[in-house]
Amino acid sequence: MIGIQERRLALGNIGVAYIAFLIGTFCGLLQVFIRNDALQLPAWLDYYQILTAHGVLLALIFTTFFIFAFFIAGMSKALGNFGPKVSLFAWLGFIVTTIGTALATALIISGKASVLYTFYAPLKASGWYYVGLALVIVGTWLSSFALIGHYIAWKKRNKGQLSPLFAFMTISTLILWIIACFGVVATVLFQYIPWAFGWVETINVELSRSLFWYFGHPLVYFWLLPAYIAWYTIVPKLLGVKVFSDSLARLSFVLFILFSIPVGFHHQLTEPGISSFWKFLQVVLTFMVIIPSLMTAFSMFATFEISGRQKGGTGLFGWFRMLPWRDIRFTSIFIAMAFFIPGGAGGIINASFQLNELVHNTLWIVGHFHITVGAPVAMTFMGITFWLIPYLTGRKFPKHLQKLAFIQVISWTVGMLLMSTAQHILGLLGAPRRTAYTGYNGNVAALEWFDGILSNHVTMAIGGTILFLSAMLLIYIVANLMFVSGKAKHEADIIEFPIAESDMSHTPKFLENWWIWIGIAVVLIVLAYALPLSHMIQHAPPGSKGFITW
Amino acid sequence: MHFHKFERIWLIFGIISLVIFLSIVGVTAFSQGHTPAGGMHTIDPEKVSETPPFDKPGVHKIDDDTYEAVIIGMTFGYNPSNIKVPAGKEIIFTLTSQDVVHSFTIDNTKVNMMAVPGRITHKSYTFEKPGKYLILCNEYCGTGHHLMQTEIEVYEP
Repeated sequence: MIGIQERRLALGNIGVAYIAFLIGTFCGLLQVFIRNDALQLPAWLDYYQILTAHGVLLALIFTTFFIFAFFIAGMSKALGNFGPKVSLFAWLGFIVTTIGTALATALIISGKASVLYTFYAPLKASGWYYVGLALVIVGTWLSSFALIGHYIAWKKRNKGQLSPLFAFMTISTLILWIIACFGVVATVLFQYIPWAFGWVETINVELSRSLFWYFGHPLVYFWLLPAYIAWYTIVPKLLGVKVFSDSLARLSFVLFILFSIPVGFHHQLTEPGISSFWKFLQVVLTFMVIIPSLMTAFSMFATFEISGRQKGGTGLFGWFRMLPWRDIRFTSIFIAMAFFIPGGAGGIINASFQLNELVHNTLWIVGHFHITVGAPVAMTFMGITFWLIPYLTGRKFPKHLQKLAFIQVISWTVGMLLMSTAQHILGLLGAPRRTAYTGYNGNVAALEWFDGILSNHVTMAIGGTILFLSAMLLIYIVANLMFVSGKAKHEADIIEFPIAESDMSHTPKFLENWWIWIGIAVVLIVLAYALPLSHMIQHAPPGSKGFITW
Repeated sequence: MHFHKFERIWLIFGIISLVIFLSIVGVTAFSQGHTPAGGMHTIDPEKVSETPPFDKPGVHKIDDDTYEAVIIGMTFGYNPSNIKVPAGKEIIFTLTSQDVVHSFTIDNTKVNMMAVPGRITHKSYTFEKPGKYLILCNEYCGTGHHLMQTEIEVYEP
């Protein structure tokens, strides 16, 4: 069992994560009904306000808090109990992130920040909204420093040794996160805050967008990599086998550090201010992450097959039946992985330069988002939740809750399939993203979009409703595991933190020489960004004043 | 580092597909002029209506085969609100915004351009079929974002 401080820290983070999840999914429910014209909001509440809350609370807050809960518990499990300084920094991080979240949420609710979680200038929210977001980032940095400090202390005690795989992957993710945040910190601190408080008149819009997306793409890897950590280190344990290849697992994470950052322009392919050459260069760099993704896919299926055959599966696919389908910790993550196959393929389409024109800012993107962060990431986190909370609270995960967990995971799958399929098709037909209910004045073309069997508002609303019911079921399970379920007194009831063994005997030492990877990452970032960004600054048009258009 | 034989085949296959795919994307984009909307010209966002060509928004004939459509995006509409262009001719759309970020997106075509204040976006497109096409904004721009629309009429020249 890990130390009491770490357990409290992890539970605190999980608590905030699921409060955000509760509010965020409720906003999602409202949205599908507003879009369907089945619900009129009171005058003091606006669709875009709800949309902002949905995006911020689920994509930014739920993910971030859950990730740190997982990291704190896992790093303590892998490297030993936290020292007093590590605990102090982790608490500070938790408190600052929570204050930032509360501040940003309060401003969204009061209607002073209906700028969505991308907060594109020159839409001007209250300056305090940006302060709130900055505090969230600062808080995560404090937590990151705590975990990195814990890792450095372990390295000092174990000179010349490779760290356990879980710790290696956590540190990779945190390095990625810290490098990525420089972009958003730069734009929020030096552009948005002085401008929103009126200390400067105008803002360089294109620069702010580019700095945002320098952060925005690695942000999605910050969500995804913790899920990958579970796939690489937790899943083999659930299957009763070792990690397929320790060195390849580490190599894939290193490649993610290198190739998830210098790629933000692929979110800006249809806009001015960046020449086609730089756009295309970053498209090429974007596609490099396909390589570690293919490695991960191979490792996963190899792990499944090895495990299935050990349990007596024969023939070409006999091993598949032998997988532990009755174990919700596994099934949830397996479905998460399955969602990532179309999710990843859709991502390739989005980043494909001229092909992006077809899907940019359509509902297709919303569908893509939901079958990447909304299913692979979220469902992996659900699979983790089912053992992490009882592990931390020392409570049981009784049979009736396990059954509910199955219903929850299956209903999430069905809801997400319905909703995201509708969104993908509608987007291909041309329906834009981020819109309240609209018929475009009865335009025939717009009406046709919503005429299909799957491509209509009703499908989306049914999917969204199922998702919300599933979310409430999850909240019920989480509350039970946190406060209600009986304490595990017998050995058989005690829930463990499942980390698989990983054979490090053939793993080359240079993989853990972070300076090599940080160095190459910086070179790639400079290569991809230095010239176009400096052009944006030197040849900037007169800046933009702020607009409050909501 | 040891790669399993099947993994080596899997990765080599993946990487070769990737190279072929990126080459096709790159060659078709740059040799056939299919690069997405963009442009490097700037403009003072406060003085859009005084700055050429945006002082005369609308469709202008450049030569027999080329027309320029000059458009200003604003909350929550476009200037001009009536756009008529001939089918079968190259139309160069020239776009900016006088306030926040918008898009100029023509349904059923590859015209999907961001309008960024201070910047000018270009996109060339030739309509094959006459008819009316829906134009809409697909970048969130405020309370009326979902109402921001117009139509383009494509006529037989």
